[in-house]
Amino acid sequence: MSTTVPLAAYLILAALLFSIGIGAFLIKRNIISIFMSIELMLNAVNLTFVAFAHKWQAVSGQIFVFFVMVVAAAEAAVGLAIIIAIYRSRKTLATDDINLMNH
Amino acid sequence: MPSSLLWYIPLLPFAGFVLNGTVGRKLPRALVTAIALLFTALPAFLVGWLWYSMLTTGTETVSNTLGQWISISGFHVDFTFAVDHLTLIMLGVVTGVGFLIHVYSAGYMAHEDGYWRYFAYLNLFMFFMLVLVLAESFLLLFVGWEGVGLASYLLIGFYFTKKSAADAGKKAFILNRVGDFGFLLAMFLLIAHFGSLSFTTVFAKIGANGVTGGFLTAIALLLVLGATGKSAQIPLYVWLPDAMEGPTPVSALIHAATMVTAGVYMIARCHVLFDRAPIALAVVACIGAATALCAALVGVVQHDIKRVLAYSTISQLGYMFLACGVGAYTAGIFHLMTHAFFKALLFLGAGSVIHALSGEQDMRKMGGLRKKIPVTFVTMFAGVLAIAGIIPFAGFFSKDEILYKTFLAPGLFGKGLWAIGLLTAGITAFYMFRLLFKTFAGESRFDEHESHEGHGPGVHESPWVMLLPLVVLAILSLVGGWVGLPGRNLFEAFLKPVFEAVPTPALAAETISLTELILAGVSLLTAFLGTYIAYAFYVKKPGTGAALAKRFAGAYALVSNKFYVDEIYEAVFVTGLAFASRIGLYGIADRLGVDGTGRLAAWLTVDLGELVRRIQSGNIRSYAGWLALGAALVMAFMIFGFGHLGLSH
Repeated sequence: MSTTVPLAAYLILAALLFSIGIGAFLIKRNIISIFMSIELMLNAVNLTFVAFAHKWQAVSGQIFVFFVMVVAAAEAAVGLAIIIAIYRSRKTLATDDINLMNH
Repeated sequence: MPSSLLWYIPLLPFAGFVLNGTVGRKLPRALVTAIALLFTALPAFLVGWLWYSMLTTGTETVSNTLGQWISISGFHVDFTFAVDHLTLIMLGVVTGVGFLIHVYSAGYMAHEDGYWRYFAYLNLFMFFMLVLVLAESFLLLFVGWEGVGLASYLLIGFYFTKKSAADAGKKAFILNRVGDFGFLLAMFLLIAHFGSLSFTTVFAKIGANGVTGGFLTAIALLLVLGATGKSAQIPLYVWLPDAMEGPTPVSALIHAATMVTAGVYMIARCHVLFDRAPIALAVVACIGAATALCAALVGVVQHDIKRVLAYSTISQLGYMFLACGVGAYTAGIFHLMTHAFFKALLFLGAGSVIHALSGEQDMRKMGGLRKKIPVTFVTMFAGVLAIAGIIPFAGFFSKDEILYKTFLAPGLFGKGLWAIGLLTAGITAFYMFRLLFKTFAGESRFDEHESHEGHGPGVHESPWVMLLPLVVLAILSLVGGWVGLPGRNLFEAFLKPVFEAVPTPALAAETISLTELILAGVSLLTAFLGTYIAYAFYVKKPGTGAALAKRFAGAYALVSNKFYVDEIYEAVFVTGLAFASRIGLYGIADRLGVDGTGRLAAWLTVDLGELVRRIQSGNIRSYAGWLALGAALVMAFMIFGFGHLGLSH
């Protein structure tokens, strides 16, 4: 380990990733893109978890990461299924057009 | 009889009420009748057994406590029943007359709808009345007191589809509430001063204290208010004439023989208290005399056969009050008993007449019924003789006893009351014979085509189930007074243990006095005079009554409008109350307070919702934006703390 990357670098990277995720979430209209931005945010959080777990030599942080991954996988499965169902019924993926509840 | 069996005396009719009240609707009429009669006959047997065992063993009181009812730091009320000789009399009257009227009802109500309901209510009444007379504390007595009021309300309004009947029920109930209010206040005062509501404890303390007047007068007067409500005395008597809307046997049982005498019973029961509150006693006597006279006067001009009897009941109850008021409780209870016999008889007889005429109650449309319904005529004749005070019928002895005791009361007060009583006796004889003559004598004025129902063979004698009670009561109306012969008063001796403490005038001792004989002669003469006038007016020269009414039109209008008491009450109390209720209770409390709160809550919810609804755009990105903003704010607080907002300490 010649060079040690400081903790701050990981955190800044994670913050950047998270902000990109939020920005994309707010701007994008395609539901797939929104979905992807959620994944981005989740992984930003994962990165902070792992960074802190390494810093404090605490295994619980890594376990959290696994949990998040599992939940994200499950969420992706369900979410994609929903998206497919929506596309089949409405022939669109733009969230602005999916506004059945807005009446 | 084991004292634990006391509880079955009221509980058996209650069982009858529960049975008939719950499943009676589905049972055949015969079974409903059987249940109702069985559950009133059994208590009558128990009471008979009780009489027998108490008389043979010479016991003066029997009591039984089932358990504790209320217990708050030293103050407690128990479920206790007690029987002394006064209670025995009441029990005998209630179960005996009650059973006879149940039998009669089986015939009278045979064609009515709601047969099961009628008998359920009647049994409920028996239950509460028996609780009332058996109770050993003011509170338990009050339970019965309220309960009989409830049963009375239910039975007056038995034909509840008729507005007048429903209104009469409400009137009775509300006027009784006024009296009950007095009773309640009296109980509060008793708790405050004696810390108990048990008769034995309270009366023992009063006796030991030796106090008179003062708060005892207040308690006694409040109890009198209660009694005037229940026993239909001035000023609360106006409900009883209207109570005649109920079925006739109900009038006989509740509004003549038993319930309305509860006030008299209560005063007699509290004689220890009343003896030490002479002012209250004087009030009782005055109320009694005034009521007796006024009600008798109104009774003279009534045309409805039941209303005549209603006013005569009020008048006779006035006699009982008069007796209690001059300290002659025995005489009051004696009259209560004989009155129960002959007034129940008269009401049942009137019911039989009404039954015969298919519902006609107006005496102007009767007449000449003597030949057509002979048994009813003979029995009612006995009842009329009894109430008019003709020797040797029961009413003579009891009324004479009251008049004699009133005469003995000290000073001009006693003599004045006696004169009123005597005058009333004459009027009583007059209007009762008027009733008898108008109904049974002369030519028939009944138009059969006019009869509303038009069923059966026109005027007909009642079935034997109705005649049997009439005959039994007629015999009782004849012999019932013989237990209290002047000079050999078994009745007074029987009640002596109860009223021992009562200072009875020395003259009222065992030997018959000349005064008593003379007074008896005077009242007998008065009764004959009243009878003769009635005969002259309604048999010898029919139409005299109407002619007199025309001649003294003003006086007639005053009396036939019942001294305008209903109208005065309407103007003074009802109008004001209704107005205050409409403005204060309905307008302000209900519309503004209760409804207003609800509406305010509704409006607030709607308006707030209108406002907050805008956030709920349905646009997923705006939700996400709010979410991000919220998260950013939370984070800002976490990083910079609350200090920047001036919230930290």
